[in-house]
Amino acid sequence: MAPNVLALLPEYILTITGVLVMLADPLFPDEKARKPLGWLAILGTVAAGLASWYQLRFGVLHAFYGTIQVDSFSVFFHLLIAAVALVTLLSSLDYFEGHANVAGEYFALVLFGATGMMLMTCSVELLMVFVGLEISSISTYIMAGFRKGKAPASEASIKYFLLGSFATAFFLYGIALAFGATGSTRIDAIAQGLATTSAPTLAFLSLALIIIGIGFKVSAAPFQVWTPDVYQGAPAPVVGLMSTAPKAAAFAVLLRILFSGFPAYEHRWAALIWIIAALSMFVGNLGALMQRDVKRMLAYSSIAHAGYLLVAYTAFPADGIASACFYTAAYAAMNVGAFTAITIIGGYNERARTIDDYAGLALKRPALAAALGLFLISLIGIPFTGGFFGKFYVFSAALHSGNVWLAVIGLLNSGIACFYYLRLLAALYAKPAQQNEHATYSPVTVPAAIALTFTAVATVLLGIAPNRILGLAQRSASVTTNQSSPLQPSAGTVSSTGTH
Amino acid sequence: MNIDHNILTIITFTPLAGAIVLTLLPDRDKLQQWGALAVTLLTFLFTLHLPFHFDHTAAATAFQFEQNLPWITSPAIRYHVGVDGLSMWFVVLTGLLAPLGVLISWRAIDSRRRLFYVLFLLQQVAMLGIFVSLDLFLYYAFWELSLVPMALLIATFGRTENRRRAAIKFFLYTFIPSAMLLVAMLWLYTRTGTFDYPQLAALAATHGISGNTAALWLASLAFLAAFAVKVPVFPLHGWLADAVSEAPTAAVMVIAGKLGLYSILRFSFGIFPGQSHRIAPLMLALGAIGIVYGALLALVQKDLKRLAAFGTLGHVSVVILGIFAFTVSGIDGGIYQALNEGIGGSALFMLLGLLYERYRTYDMREYGGLAANLPWVVTMFVLTALSVTGLPMLNGFVGEFLVFSGTMQSAIAHHIGWTTLATTGVILTASYMLWMIQKVFYGELGPRSESITAPDLSAREHLALWPLVALFLFMGIASPIFMKAINTAGTRIAETVNHSQGTTVNFEAASSHSDHTDMTTTSSATKGAR
Repeated sequence: MAPNVLALLPEYILTITGVLVMLADPLFPDEKARKPLGWLAILGTVAAGLASWYQLRFGVLHAFYGTIQVDSFSVFFHLLIAAVALVTLLSSLDYFEGHANVAGEYFALVLFGATGMMLMTCSVELLMVFVGLEISSISTYIMAGFRKGKAPASEASIKYFLLGSFATAFFLYGIALAFGATGSTRIDAIAQGLATTSAPTLAFLSLALIIIGIGFKVSAAPFQVWTPDVYQGAPAPVVGLMSTAPKAAAFAVLLRILFSGFPAYEHRWAALIWIIAALSMFVGNLGALMQRDVKRMLAYSSIAHAGYLLVAYTAFPADGIASACFYTAAYAAMNVGAFTAITIIGGYNERARTIDDYAGLALKRPALAAALGLFLISLIGIPFTGGFFGKFYVFSAALHSGNVWLAVIGLLNSGIACFYYLRLLAALYAKPAQQNEHATYSPVTVPAAIALTFTAVATVLLGIAPNRILGLAQRSASVTTNQSSPLQPSAGTVSSTGTH
Repeated sequence: MNIDHNILTIITFTPLAGAIVLTLLPDRDKLQQWGALAVTLLTFLFTLHLPFHFDHTAAATAFQFEQNLPWITSPAIRYHVGVDGLSMWFVVLTGLLAPLGVLISWRAIDSRRRLFYVLFLLQQVAMLGIFVSLDLFLYYAFWELSLVPMALLIATFGRTENRRRAAIKFFLYTFIPSAMLLVAMLWLYTRTGTFDYPQLAALAATHGISGNTAALWLASLAFLAAFAVKVPVFPLHGWLADAVSEAPTAAVMVIAGKLGLYSILRFSFGIFPGQSHRIAPLMLALGAIGIVYGALLALVQKDLKRLAAFGTLGHVSVVILGIFAFTVSGIDGGIYQALNEGIGGSALFMLLGLLYERYRTYDMREYGGLAANLPWVVTMFVLTALSVTGLPMLNGFVGEFLVFSGTMQSAIAHHIGWTTLATTGVILTASYMLWMIQKVFYGELGPRSESITAPDLSAREHLALWPLVALFLFMGIASPIFMKAINTAGTRIAETVNHSQGTTVNFEAASSHSDHTDMTTTSSATKGAR
């Protein structure tokens, strides 16, 4: 296989499947269900995941004049994105039941979005990252408004689009300044250029702009204002997707840029990230306390989780990157799982909105309630779940590098957080409220059940047997830190500071 | 293969297997009850293996029935379980209370039984896990896990509309200090590179954890605060009354006391002996205040369950008083009293629960003159009250006597004043217990006891209560059987803490950091030589 094809194999597979879905869509009569297209998309996603796995055996692959670099870091995120897309597709198969005519392009958009996100994680050239970012963003803008004819959905879409474009502009401007300061837009060349640059302020400004652009994408405070409205208005399966996969991709990009591109400025950006992380945790958790709407609450919770994740960035690279990767995976599993459950419970018309609407779910749908309960427990960070181990790992990395206060802030925040998760959890198991005593829930379909089981198993496995994923995360950390960063303290020195 | 290496794993995970089976069984007839009873009885039988095979002659420091397997490679986390004289009887007690809890819930829980028993068994897993874990990470995992089933039990099966708030309050009260506990644990890990308790304790004994006294001090406070909330120690008891008055009987039986007390004895004293010694005067004071405060509050309650809740506060404070005296008899007595609290408190809550089942109220003013109708209930009640107030020949006396005599001998400042204050608590305890008995069982008939004629103890209830009542007597007259193992642990703890104190004094005299390191090496060398 030609190197260019091999390196971008997963992206090719997704694009081709997406195009096929688009081509096949008009062949269906208007009122007929688009489920076969959904299955085709699922097939393509699985194939893309397998292709990423296959790439692992080649070590590091380069393509397109070195702008693409496939390594265990990118494969980690490719697999994660493919898994999230897969779960999203499975849970939305029946979501559009009765609104079949819109489903075809939806499936294609999920695939295109995933393509863009994957491209982001394997690019080592900022312009290429930008292309990936745009592909993924535009798909998600459209998907956010996919419940056509509903005002909140359109509001979500427009808001997301306007603010998102603005943030992308920041990102692009940052790239331009980086080019001005260092003479390159390639991440490794930037790292070298920084050593000799005559305009360090400009270089730092470029980094700050890039952080703003990415901060928007991952909904970190103070760039989070769009999140609650968009999450509330967008369809539940789409929120599941866009709260995890594009964020994972953006976090991956940020890891590469910070640790491979700007390690020389670590003392400066670490302070920025410190502030953003602390702010995100507080804004997210305190904001979530006030919410009655479940999707809005989870929107704030996702801001808080972005904060927890950013804590990892302030740690020593070896620990920090590995824990950030692991946390991304754990967060993806539990959050997509939670939104899958919400998708099933609410349906296309989003019947269940406030916490009270969930009251008594355990009586009528014990398995569904148990699954949602598990995801909530994991989001709180109770042991034997991925959420706990992720948090544990991130904060131990932070403490390892002497960031005691951020760890204290983070864990206090997880204390605040458990209040609102618990409120929902307690509602699930409480007696039903008056108005939903006779509520009927649509039956859980097989694809949705598979999606739910998959995420639940992943959440538990990440908590009790994380060795495999940890190994992968630690490998991807070593890839990112070894390349072109002179100041790297190796894993050995980090742990040896411990005992004396 | 020798079962001794697996027995603790079997004990801990039998209820988990049981919970999975119950999930699959339908919620029909009495299927869930019988299933839960079978599982808990089986677990109890397994726990009985421990005292019969416990080696009292082995070196007092050694853990027994150990299993130590790698779990997560990086960070270095191991599946390490084991028991010693401190934890063994707690495991057995936890095993014993479970089937009794099932028996007492038999009819009280009449809907959503599957959910109830599954949560109950998960709670069991978490508690057993706490007592056997010797890896801090594993311990913390069980510690946090124990919150979830309990909170859900309260939220779902609580008595009044207040249940969800009580559940969340309970959860938050424990969870937030636990977050700080996690920070402290992680800090320990970055200092030492291990989560293994025996290794950490060995390092602590030689002052090898960290030279940073301020950080050590903060870490020890984080540990102690997390445990003290769970006990609860005055003034951290805010969650207790609400949670107790909402929670179903089987959950109340295990909600307070032993988990936190055990954790203080094991982890606070084991890893931070010097710091524990320094904070002891404060803890003695809090213990003494807690005894009196709890008893005084119990005296004025109208609600029987709230009365028992504040009574519990008083009883766990006795344990705090004993263990922070750092004398062998104080610690032995404290451990013994923690077991007593588990037994006596459970019996009391079970009796209150079955009164509630009959009369649907915990309001003391509704009761009165029950003695004629319910001779067995009143007998059990009086026996329990006598045990709790510490009548000689019964178990409470052994524990309280040791605690108070241990505290009197203690070298900690101000001990005599606080001990004197604490002993008045004994009188107060007797007054509220007897007051309650008089109000409920004697005197004129109350409104409820007049309008409802309820049956005396059923066979099932006899079955649930007799083991505890028998233990009152047995632990009162045959205390050496239990004390043999407890004493090995108590002696060791007292030695560790007092020994650490001696060396700390030397440290403060040492002038420079290099001296500090030298002395650490010497002291570890002498320890090795011994």
